[in-house]
Amino acid sequence: MIEDDKGPGGNRFRTASGGRIDRSQPVRFTFDGRAYQGYAGDTLASALLANGVHLVGRSFKYHRPRGIVAAGPEEPNALVTVRRDWRRTTPNLRATEVEIHDGLDAVSQNRFPSLRFDFGALNDRLSPLFPAGFYYKTFMGPERFGRGASGAWARIYEPVIRRMAGLGRAPVDGDTDSYASRHAHCDVLVVGAGPAGLAAALAAAEGGARVMLADEQAEAGGSLLGAPDVMIGGEPAADWREGALARLMSFETVTVLTRTTVFGAYPDHLFGLVERLTDHLPDQGRGVPRERLWQVRARHVVLATGALERPLVFPGNDRPGVMLAGAAATYLHRYGVLVGTRSVVVTTTDSGYRIAADLAEHGVRIEAIADLRGRAGEAAEAAARAAGIPIHGGVSVLGTGGRLRVSSIRLALRDGRRERLEADSVLMSGGRSPTLHLFSQLRGRLVWDARHHAFLAQDPLGGVSLAGAATGLVEAPVDDAFESGTAAGVQALAALGMSGVGTVALGASMQSLPPADSVVPVAPVARHLEAASFIDFQNDVTAKDLRLAAQEGFRSIEHIKRYTTTGMATDQGKTSNVNALSHVSGVLGRPVGDIGHTTFRAPYTPVTFGALAAECRGTLFDPVRLTPIDPAARERGAIFEAVGPWQRARYFPKPGETMHQAVARECLAVRTSVGVFDASTLGKIEVVGPDAATFLDRMYVNAIASLPVGRSRYAILLNEAGFVIDDGIVSRLSDVRFHVTTTTTGAARVLAHMEDYLQTEFPELRCWLTSVTEQWAVVAVQGPRARAVLAPLVEDVDLAPDVLVHMAQTEGRVLGVPARVFRVSFTGELGYEINVPAGYGRAVWSALLSAAERVGGTAYGTEAMHVLRAEKGYIIVGQDSDGTLTPRDLGLPVGERKADFVGKRSLSRSDMLVTDRPQLVGLETEDGRVVLEEGAQITRDSAPAVGTHAVGHVTSAYHSAVLGRSIALAVIEGGRAHLGETFHVPMPSGVIRVKVVSPAFYDPKGGRLHG
Amino acid sequence: MLQIRCPWCGEDRPEIEFRYAGEAHVVRARLPADESDAAWAEYLYLRTNPKGWHAERWHHVHGCGRFLNAIRHTVTDRIAVTYKPGEPRPTIDDQQGPTP
Ligand SMILES: [Zn+2]
Repeated sequence: MIEDDKGPGGNRFRTASGGRIDRSQPVRFTFDGRAYQGYAGDTLASALLANGVHLVGRSFKYHRPRGIVAAGPEEPNALVTVRRDWRRTTPNLRATEVEIHDGLDAVSQNRFPSLRFDFGALNDRLSPLFPAGFYYKTFMGPERFGRGASGAWARIYEPVIRRMAGLGRAPVDGDTDSYASRHAHCDVLVVGAGPAGLAAALAAAEGGARVMLADEQAEAGGSLLGAPDVMIGGEPAADWREGALARLMSFETVTVLTRTTVFGAYPDHLFGLVERLTDHLPDQGRGVPRERLWQVRARHVVLATGALERPLVFPGNDRPGVMLAGAAATYLHRYGVLVGTRSVVVTTTDSGYRIAADLAEHGVRIEAIADLRGRAGEAAEAAARAAGIPIHGGVSVLGTGGRLRVSSIRLALRDGRRERLEADSVLMSGGRSPTLHLFSQLRGRLVWDARHHAFLAQDPLGGVSLAGAATGLVEAPVDDAFESGTAAGVQALAALGMSGVGTVALGASMQSLPPADSVVPVAPVARHLEAASFIDFQNDVTAKDLRLAAQEGFRSIEHIKRYTTTGMATDQGKTSNVNALSHVSGVLGRPVGDIGHTTFRAPYTPVTFGALAAECRGTLFDPVRLTPIDPAARERGAIFEAVGPWQRARYFPKPGETMHQAVARECLAVRTSVGVFDASTLGKIEVVGPDAATFLDRMYVNAIASLPVGRSRYAILLNEAGFVIDDGIVSRLSDVRFHVTTTTTGAARVLAHMEDYLQTEFPELRCWLTSVTEQWAVVAVQGPRARAVLAPLVEDVDLAPDVLVHMAQTEGRVLGVPARVFRVSFTGELGYEINVPAGYGRAVWSALLSAAERVGGTAYGTEAMHVLRAEKGYIIVGQDSDGTLTPRDLGLPVGERKADFVGKRSLSRSDMLVTDRPQLVGLETEDGRVVLEEGAQITRDSAPAVGTHAVGHVTSAYHSAVLGRSIALAVIEGGRAHLGETFHVPMPSGVIRVKVVSPAFYDPKGGRLHG
Repeated sequence: MLQIRCPWCGEDRPEIEFRYAGEAHVVRARLPADESDAAWAEYLYLRTNPKGWHAERWHHVHGCGRFLNAIRHTVTDRIAVTYKPGEPRPTIDDQQGPTP
C-alpha cells in the first residue's frame, strides 16, 4: 500500500475484500484537518477505523481521551462537528452515522488545543473535585466566589466551566440551508427496515395496506447489511433483501424512506420523522432542502426497531479501542474494517464467543475471552475453543492500559492469579436491550425481564405491533426475526380489518420466545475501582458517582439521573441506562425491576432545529399582517411598529425630524387642523339577526338594546369575573344589523368570547357573528377641519353637525366608493371613521390625505394616536388595564340600570367594592419636562423603606405638545380619593414627584367632540 | 398531537385546529343576580380538576367555529368521546382507561 495514495493511515485496517463499501470509489475527507481516504459506503467512523484512528474525542467532564464505541446511533463518544462552511456547521453528529463524501470536513470536539494534547484533561487529575451532583452543587453557587449577575462567579468561573464542559459549538450565524416538511397518512408505519421490518412491510403491503417503511440508515436491511453469511428461508440474506425491497417498491401503496429517523411518537399515532436528504452528498445543490420533516398519522405502527448492545462496566472501559463486540462485527462485515489486530473479548453473553470466533476467522488474534460469568453455553464455548481462543471464565477486569489507545488489559482470574494481556482492542459483549423508545413514548409499559437482563414491552398496546429484536428476540436466528415481522404485518392487517395473504399465524408473542442465551448478572465492580469504571460515557458518569448519589440518600432513579446526569446527554443513555440501573440496584440491594426506568422522551436521536422549523423561518416564522393602506404609508416614509401580528405606521417623519418632533407635529395638526390615520387593524364584527340587539345587550356593559338605528355607542366588554377585556364601538345599522369594533389585538379573542356565549349559554338567540376585519379598510379623519376636508368628497352623506352628530353613522359614498361613515373620535376632536371595501383603502387614504394636506393637515401614526387619546384620558385596554381592573376601577360606566350582562354579577362581589382597589388617575410630574417611564412603580413616601409595597404604577406616559408638558396615566390604590395629592416615583436616577389629577388632561368637558 | 372528532364536522381533525375552552357543564345561572357571593365564586373559580376522565370544552376555532364537549382522560390524554354542547354528559366505563 502506498501512503500517498490512501492518505495517512492508508486503510491499513481494511480487509482485502468484503463489506458493502464500493472499493472502486475512493472518497477523500479530512478529520481535524488531516486528509484521509475511505470508500463510498463508509461512515466517518468506519473510514477512521480503517485508517487506524480510534481517538476521536475528549470526554465531557474529565476530557479523557475517547474512541469509537459503537457502529450506530447509540454511539456515545464519537461526536464530531461537520463543517460545510462557516454558516453551515453542525455539532454533535455521531461519526457512526455521518456518511463520508469527497470534501467532508469533520473536526473533533471538546479539546483544546488538540485532541492528542488537551489542557482540559487536567480535569481528570482533579476528578475527586467533580463528584456526583457537581453541577448542582456548583451552579447553586458558592457565595464566597462572589455570586450575583456581576460577581466574579458569573463573570469568570461560570463561563470557564461552561466552556470546558461544552459539547460542540453551535454556529453563530443563520443557517443558509433550506428545510422542508410534509404531512402523510398511512395504514401501517413500519419503523426499522431490518429483516423483521421488511417482512412486516411486505406482509402489510400484500394485504393491501398503505405502508410507510422508514429506516435511519442509508440503505434498508438493518442487521442483514453486516451479516453476509446469513440465510433467510434458504436464501442468502443479501438476495432476500434485494428481492424484498424490489417487491415493496412495486407497490404504489408503499413508501420506503431511508436516512429517515422516526424520532418521536405522539398522541393518536402521530409520528415525527426526519429525512436527511443532502448531508451525504458532496454537492448539495442549491434549492434542494437539506432535511425533510414528516408528520405521519398512522393507523397502526410496527416497531421493528432492533436492539442496542450494552457495554460492560470495568475500570478503564472508556479507553479508545475499548468498544462493543457487535460493533466490531459490523465494522468487519459491513465495512471491511478490522478494529484491531489483537483483541480481548470481555463478555457476559454467549454471542461474545461467537463474535470472537468470527473475528478470529478473519485474522484477528483473539488473546482471550474474558467471561465475567461463571460459565458459558456449551456450543459457544466449543466454537471458541475450535478457533483456538483461550477462555477465562469467572474473571474480573482490574483495568486497562494505554494512553490514547488501549494497549493492555489486566484480569483477575478465578483461581486468584492475575494476568496482563497485550491488546490493541477490547471488545465488550454485555447483552442487548430491545429498542423500545417509541413504544415507551406511546405510553407502553416496560417490565424488567431478568432472563434477558433487559426491559421488555409488557402489555400489547392498541395499534402497535412489535417485531424482531425489539420484542426481545435479541439473539435469535434471523428466520425468527423474519417470522416475527411477518406476524406483525398480518397482525396490523387484522387490526385494520384487512386480511393478509400471509400464512403466518399470530405467533411469536413474547411468552413464546426462546430463552435468551444467557443470564447476565452485571458483574459488580470492586468498590475501589468504581471511580475509573464508566457507565455513561457521554456525560462522564462513573460507577462511583452512582454509589455516591445513593449514599447521599437518592432513591428514585429519576432523582439519581438528574443528580448524576447519567442518561442525560445527547445519547439519552442508549448504552448506559441498563448498566446504571443494574449498578444502582446493586448499591441499594433492590431488584432492578423495583427501581424502574427513567422516562423515554422524543427525540430518539437529536433533530436539527432547521428540520423542526422547516419552512417556518424568516418572514414565514410568524407572518405579519399588513393593512390595505400599508404600501401607501411606506411610500410616505412611515416608520412602523408591530402591534400584535400587524405592522402599523407609527409616525411619518419629515426629512430631518426625530420621532419626538414628528409625533409633536402630528398631534398638533390633529388639534389645530386635521389628521388622517389608518385604523384598518381595528377588529370588526358584523352581528346580524332578530336577536342581535338582545345578544349584544347581554355581552356589553352598555345599553345596546335601546340604541337607535343610525347611532353608535362606546361599549365595554367584561369577562364573567367582571374584568375589562376589550372595548369598542357598537353601531346599529338597522334593527337587525350591528357593526361592532374591537381592539386591534382583541379581534379574534372577542369573536371567540362572543361565539362561546352565543353557542353555549344563549343558544336560543337567533343571531350570527361574522368577522369583517379584513373586509373594511378604515381611514380616520380627525380634527377641527375634518368636516371641511370630507364634505367635497362625499355623496349621499349629510355631514351637517346636527344631522351626523357625534356617535352617529350613515352609509353613502366617499370618493365614489361605497362607505360606512361613522362620526366617532378617539382623539377628542371632531372626527370621522370612513369604512370602505378593503380594496379601495389605499386610494381613499391617499386621496383623503391629499385633501387634508391642502388645509395644513397631515398623516399621523399610532404614536400620535396614543398621545392624543391619553390627553383625553381614554384608555387602551391591555396597556392601561391588565385584565384585573373592573370598569369601576377605570372610571367607566358599570351598567347599573341593566338587569344582567356578562360580568355584572361579579361587580357586586365584596372584594370588587372595597375602596382601595386600583383606580385609573392622571399624573402630572412636578417638572413638566420629565416624562415618566411606563411601568414605573408609585409610592406614597419619597424614600420608602426597602420592602415597601408600591401603591400603583404608571401605565401610559408621553410628552403632550398641545399642553406643553408631560402627562401620564396610572393606576393607584384608591387613586380617585387622592386627587391633588403628591406621590412619588422612585427611579434609579432619583425620586420623581408627581401630582394625582383627573385623567382627562385636555378639553375635559368634551366640547371639541361636538364641533 | 391529539386527533379530535368534531361532532359538528363529523371528522377527526388535528388538535391544532382546536382551542381548549375549560371544563364543560359549568352552567351560568339564569339569573346571576340571585346567586349568593359564595355560589357565584364557585361558578367562577372552582373546577373539578380530576385525575381521570374530565368533561371539557373545545372550540373548533380553525374549522367550523363551533364549540364541542369532550371526555378526556387527564393522565393518558385519551379522548373517549366528543359530543355537542347541551347534550348530557356520557358516562365512561372506567375499564376503558387509563391505558388506551
Ligand atoms: Zn368542526
